[in-house]
Amino acid sequence: MCLAIPVRVVELLANDMARVDVGGVRKEISLALVDDVSIDDYVILHVGYALQRLDQDEAEKTLALFAEMAENDTSSSLARQAPPT
Amino acid sequence: MKYIDEFRDGKTAQALARVIAREAEAAREYRIMEFCGGHTHAISRYGIVDLLPDNIRLIHGPGCPVCVLPIGRIDNAIDLALNRGAILASYGDCLRVPASGGLSLLKAKARGADVRMVYSSADALKIAEDNPQREVVFFAIGFETTTPPTAVAVLEAQKRDLQNFSVFCNHVLTPAAMSAILDTPGSVRIDAFVGPAHVSTVIGSRPYERFASDYGKPVVISGFEPLDVMQSILMLLRQLNEGRAEVENQFTRAVTREGNLKAQAMVAEVFETRETFEWRGLNEVPQSALRLKAKYAAYDAEVRYGLVYRPVADNKACECGAILRGVKQPQECKLFATACTPERPMGSCMVSSEGACAAHYTYGRYRDAVVEI
Amino acid sequence: MKLDLKHGRIDMSHGSGGRAMAQLVEQLFVAAFDNAWLDARNDQACFAIQAGRMVMATDAHVVSPLFFPGGDIGSLSVHGTINDVAMAGARPLYLAASFILEEGFPLADLKRIVDSMAQAARQAGVAIVTGDTKVVERGKGDGVFITTTGVGVVPEGVNISGERARPGDCILLSGTLGDHGVAIMASRADLGFETRIASDTAALHGLVADMVAAVPDIHVLRDPTRGGLATTLNEIAQQSRVGVLIEEDKLPVREEVAAACEFLGLDPLYVANEGKLVCFCAPEHAEHLLKVMRAHPLGHNAVMIGAVHDDPRHFVQMRTSFGGKRIVDWLSGEQLPRIC
Repeated sequence: MCLAIPVRVVELLANDMARVDVGGVRKEISLALVDDVSIDDYVILHVGYALQRLDQDEAEKTLALFAEMAENDTSSSLARQAPPT
Repeated sequence: MKYIDEFRDGKTAQALARVIAREAEAAREYRIMEFCGGHTHAISRYGIVDLLPDNIRLIHGPGCPVCVLPIGRIDNAIDLALNRGAILASYGDCLRVPASGGLSLLKAKARGADVRMVYSSADALKIAEDNPQREVVFFAIGFETTTPPTAVAVLEAQKRDLQNFSVFCNHVLTPAAMSAILDTPGSVRIDAFVGPAHVSTVIGSRPYERFASDYGKPVVISGFEPLDVMQSILMLLRQLNEGRAEVENQFTRAVTREGNLKAQAMVAEVFETRETFEWRGLNEVPQSALRLKAKYAAYDAEVRYGLVYRPVADNKACECGAILRGVKQPQECKLFATACTPERPMGSCMVSSEGACAAHYTYGRYRDAVVEI
Repeated sequence: MKLDLKHGRIDMSHGSGGRAMAQLVEQLFVAAFDNAWLDARNDQACFAIQAGRMVMATDAHVVSPLFFPGGDIGSLSVHGTINDVAMAGARPLYLAASFILEEGFPLADLKRIVDSMAQAARQAGVAIVTGDTKVVERGKGDGVFITTTGVGVVPEGVNISGERARPGDCILLSGTLGDHGVAIMASRADLGFETRIASDTAALHGLVADMVAAVPDIHVLRDPTRGGLATTLNEIAQQSRVGVLIEEDKLPVREEVAAACEFLGLDPLYVANEGKLVCFCAPEHAEHLLKVMRAHPLGHNAVMIGAVHDDPRHFVQMRTSFGGKRIVDWLSGEQLPRIC
């Protein structure tokens, strides 16, 4: 469910709208559901609306974990991901 | 594509698969429900099951809003377009679902109903503005991810004082469905949940905490990409092995404990919870769906048109109920791949590409008969 | 009397067989297609029968919108039928074109389409030698429908047909997937996304000629149009009664096409192509064929994507980038953008 994709904000427009880009394809979407979005932020896009800003630091952390694990193939690194909320 | 491709890397998947295989305790069976249809789709599309050991069983949950939409509600939508002269604006997913009388929204369109596919609720608003002399109804479906966009549309309609726009609301709630699965007698044992990705960006991780505390079921909120799903399975494995039952967040790049408060506030402003709602395949589920509040009755198609809901039963041989609760697998239903196919779905699990039966039919049937390549 | 090609519109008289229709044919079609057959002003075209087996193919074109990045209904109709003829390994010779025009259709648009057809035909070296025009009342057509029929001739020793795939055969693809379908979707105003993706519509007979000259015993050729590569592979698997296994990592998809598919929830495997072909050949010919394909401008991204094996279920399967497997099933209905 919930086909949503991370897209990059390339332009802020009037009326709470923005132009976003993924892979060179651009679309105008609504920012009505999020606050404080800047150019070059990434947002999660679903049915024409940004649902949330993507935390790029956290994304990099998750990817770094994958990379580390792919190198070491050890199990201990993954225990350090996401502490219980 | 940034933040998409990296989460689909095949080599990392293999490495994760090796770790999972090492940590899965051989004598134990792990039964994990992945609730969200998007996860079902990712698992099928990337063939993740092939990378997991046999003792990890993934059960597909009812997190597919098209699948669980009762036929009677689609009948109402068709009626609006075919007999009540409304322009029915709908997401693409619903257009082909077979309803009563051999009709679907697409077939009704062929008969002259003004059914229009939209990508966004904003598009439906635009249709209303461009056609002031016509009534426009937006066929709103979806879980908590899709509900805020509908709320925005209703608030916008009010702001612009649109007289010809209303919403036919079929929004449903995730935690209520999860409870229904666990509470239904005769349900098979489910050990843990892979929590939905995008629903959780809106509602946060907090609503799942009761499944850990009250039911003792670990929940890992998982990102949408296949590597996210695999990492989440590993995290669940570890919780189960260590006897923990917690809510963990794997999708930290988009989910927080509180979620998107602005979106939640808009939803709370426009909608209220129905006492009960019928889910195709699950029957009546309490506190599981939304309707517009009385103050927004002008935008509520059910009020505006006095819609009457008539339940329509599925074929007696349809095993969707059992499949949704993990009691049976698609191949065990007599109708699977014979009378019931994606072209001619007879029950909720076959209706959209994310239903358990449709996913298995479309992607996984090769496993049913062994042909070594 | 000159047609008003700038502001004029089609009316019922243009289809009635009288003077107005003669003027339309003369000033628009004959002028653009410009060949001796049409100049003869007959209701048919006469040509000598070539030695060998003849091939005939027909296609109706109802695409909407009529004009899209990379082409229009005119060039599509020329390329599409040329390709159908070419997929038999045949050299296309002549085309017929019949038009159903809606009352009110702007002559300027018609001229644009006809000029596009003329250019496509000229570039392909195939003449449009005969045709027909009809007009229907406003509301009973979608602007214009075009049906093209083509004939060609197959060289000796060439026997290309959908039931000839055999276990062990290699499967070659001439280039990137999904360009046409995405270009069409992007042109639809209601979906509102901006992209530079253009349709790949092209005449493939030159590429086919090179391939057949290099390897006369190609087993199957087909262009994956509606329903995409997935549909074409399923058709061939069923016709030949075999199984197919392709490798996801090998499938070439432009980044923008992949991104557009992500936006809409489409699978590039099912999106239409109009300038690509898929080829089944014996394994010993694969490398050579790939070289030949890559040397041609329409095949420079050619790649081997999989192979044929024995399978009584005739499944098309794909090894995913994860190393797992999935079925690539027939398309179920039309691919629609989805929220879920």
